[in-house]
Amino acid sequence: MAKPSSKPTASASDVDADRRKFLVGTTAAVGAVGAACCAVPFVGSMAPSRDVAAQATVDINLSEIPEGEAKTYLWQGKPVFVWHRNAAQIAAAKAGDTTSTMDPEPDAKRVQKPEWLVVLGICTHLGCVPIRNDEVGGWRCPCHGSQFDVSGRVIHGPAGTNLHIPPYTFVDDNTLRIG
Amino acid sequence: MASLKPKAVEQNITRNPLKWFDDRLPLVSLINNSVGRNFPAPKNLNYMWNFGSLAGIALVIQILTGLFLAMHYKADVALAFDSVQHIMRNVQWGWLIRNLHMVGASFFFIVVYVHMARGLYYGSYKSPREVLWGIGVIIFLIMMATAFMGYVLPWGQMSYWGATVITNLLSVIPFVGDEVVVWIWGGYSVGDPTLTRFYALHFLLPFVIVGIVILHIWALHEHKSNNPTGLDLQDEKDFIPFHPYYTVKDIFGLGVYLIAFALMVFYAPDYLGHTDNYIPANPLVTPAHIVPEWYFLPFYAILRAIPIKELGVVAMFGSILILFVLPWLDSSRVRSARYRPLYRSLYWVFLLNFLVLGWVGSKPPEGIYVLIARFATAYYFLFFALLPVVARVEKTRKLPKTIDEA
Ligand code: HEM
Ligand code: FES
Repeated sequence: MAKPSSKPTASASDVDADRRKFLVGTTAAVGAVGAACCAVPFVGSMAPSRDVAAQATVDINLSEIPEGEAKTYLWQGKPVFVWHRNAAQIAAAKAGDTTSTMDPEPDAKRVQKPEWLVVLGICTHLGCVPIRNDEVGGWRCPCHGSQFDVSGRVIHGPAGTNLHIPPYTFVDDNTLRIG
Repeated sequence: MASLKPKAVEQNITRNPLKWFDDRLPLVSLINNSVGRNFPAPKNLNYMWNFGSLAGIALVIQILTGLFLAMHYKADVALAFDSVQHIMRNVQWGWLIRNLHMVGASFFFIVVYVHMARGLYYGSYKSPREVLWGIGVIIFLIMMATAFMGYVLPWGQMSYWGATVITNLLSVIPFVGDEVVVWIWGGYSVGDPTLTRFYALHFLLPFVIVGIVILHIWALHEHKSNNPTGLDLQDEKDFIPFHPYYTVKDIFGLGVYLIAFALMVFYAPDYLGHTDNYIPANPLVTPAHIVPEWYFLPFYAILRAIPIKELGVVAMFGSILILFVLPWLDSSRVRSARYRPLYRSLYWVFLLNFLVLGWVGSKPPEGIYVLIARFATAYYFLFFALLPVVARVEKTRKLPKTIDEA
């Protein structure tokens, strides 16, 4: 060690620069990791809470939906369209397999039973609820003009993907369970 | 490092209490240096320079009226809508306080838009004021976030669907977009957790703005105000003290502003609002025609003009973020549009175009409106793209040597 300097500030020769650099670096790194860890509970607290996250299910009595018509149900705060398609509508959906090219997907892949189309009633653009569009037989979105066909496939932007399909099962011939 | 030598300090508190205090905490000096006798301002500032201090007052009005609304408002999806009706019908003077807050938000935006247009015209964003300008853009962004979240609070149909559409914008973030949106909502759709956190943030952000405004003014004081000629001022005779000259002028401007404000508050408080927001939020039905508050319309028009979701969102955010790089896009050395004939024409077209965007943003997204929105969006960006070229080809008018010569 050099002899203590008379000035209050340390002179350059007193300092082991490498060692100081290492200490500053490691302290900063540990501090940064600590700060990141502290952020975890705060960021996490904003995610859906346990009761909200608990997978809620809705049971739907299918006999209340006449053939050819659709009804809207609320599942996890989101609207779900359940459409009891008639023969003509099913045929139109099959025909759409070749014409709906924006996000191609055969109708057969989008339904479990052809007479029941179950889709989330949330426009894949920015989340508005589309309304029935009798011209095309599907839906159109009041917000920015997207259009969806008889199978819920997008046929006109700004949306770029088809209406999503929620998880669902047929409990029996008359009951549909969403979730 | 500042000098550590002791200054001459007033020791007798009764002889000159103000100086005694100022020697210990230089608050009076700070005010004098910022908006008082000791702050030199160019002598040729016109009324366009009133809008900065007006914006400050608009912010104070929002904070005061907001505080009193907060004493009655309830941020719960079951209670929010009714609590606002309760403020309007039962709370003594509640209708007035809410109207002040509602109209105050609109007027705040008018003032800030004029303030920004002033900067754009007189080249106030150019060196050495780039940081001052950038801080302004940050304030504008936080203000938009604040107003957006405030509009969600009454929990009407427009509140709900506006919140849904705007939060969904974040779903375009690559890979994690959908997770981010769920995280922001605190659920699988806009709901109670969303409302509660928006309320907390809506209360907080205005105070963040106050902090950033202080930085804004700090940056202003480093190089003083720009002026209508855009000249660099060196000569002491080009300046006059802010107080009393501009304090008085600002107070006069404030009077005019408050008269217009009062007329709106008392006679047309809902003129700029939407009747749909007096229908309680319904997650099953989107109103046939949803539009944001008027001050977002130009950006909303840009969003809708582009038929591809991701591009539309990028263009919308880009249309504001591009303002950050404006000082580097416009490389012309001449600041004021007074001496830049080409820039000046492009500027007026830009302003008009911005109004067209706002108008078309309020129309349904179909037919001719889509076409107009596309052209207007194109010009919005073209303006910025042209600036480097304009700087090179433009023949600027001869600059005066001094303000007095101008
Ligand atoms: C940057 C400043 C601010 C802006 C631009 C702003 C904007 C808004 C807007 C647009 C609304 C919706 C008005 C309506 O349709 O009812 C609102 C509501 C509200 N704001 Fe603010 N605000 C600001 C500051 C504040 C502050 C500082 C507070 C609290 C201290 C506050 C508390 C409230 C409350 C409680 C409501 C709900 C009641 C209502 O809707 O009238 N605001 N705000
Ligand atoms: S939300 Fe449906 S088109 Fe934008």
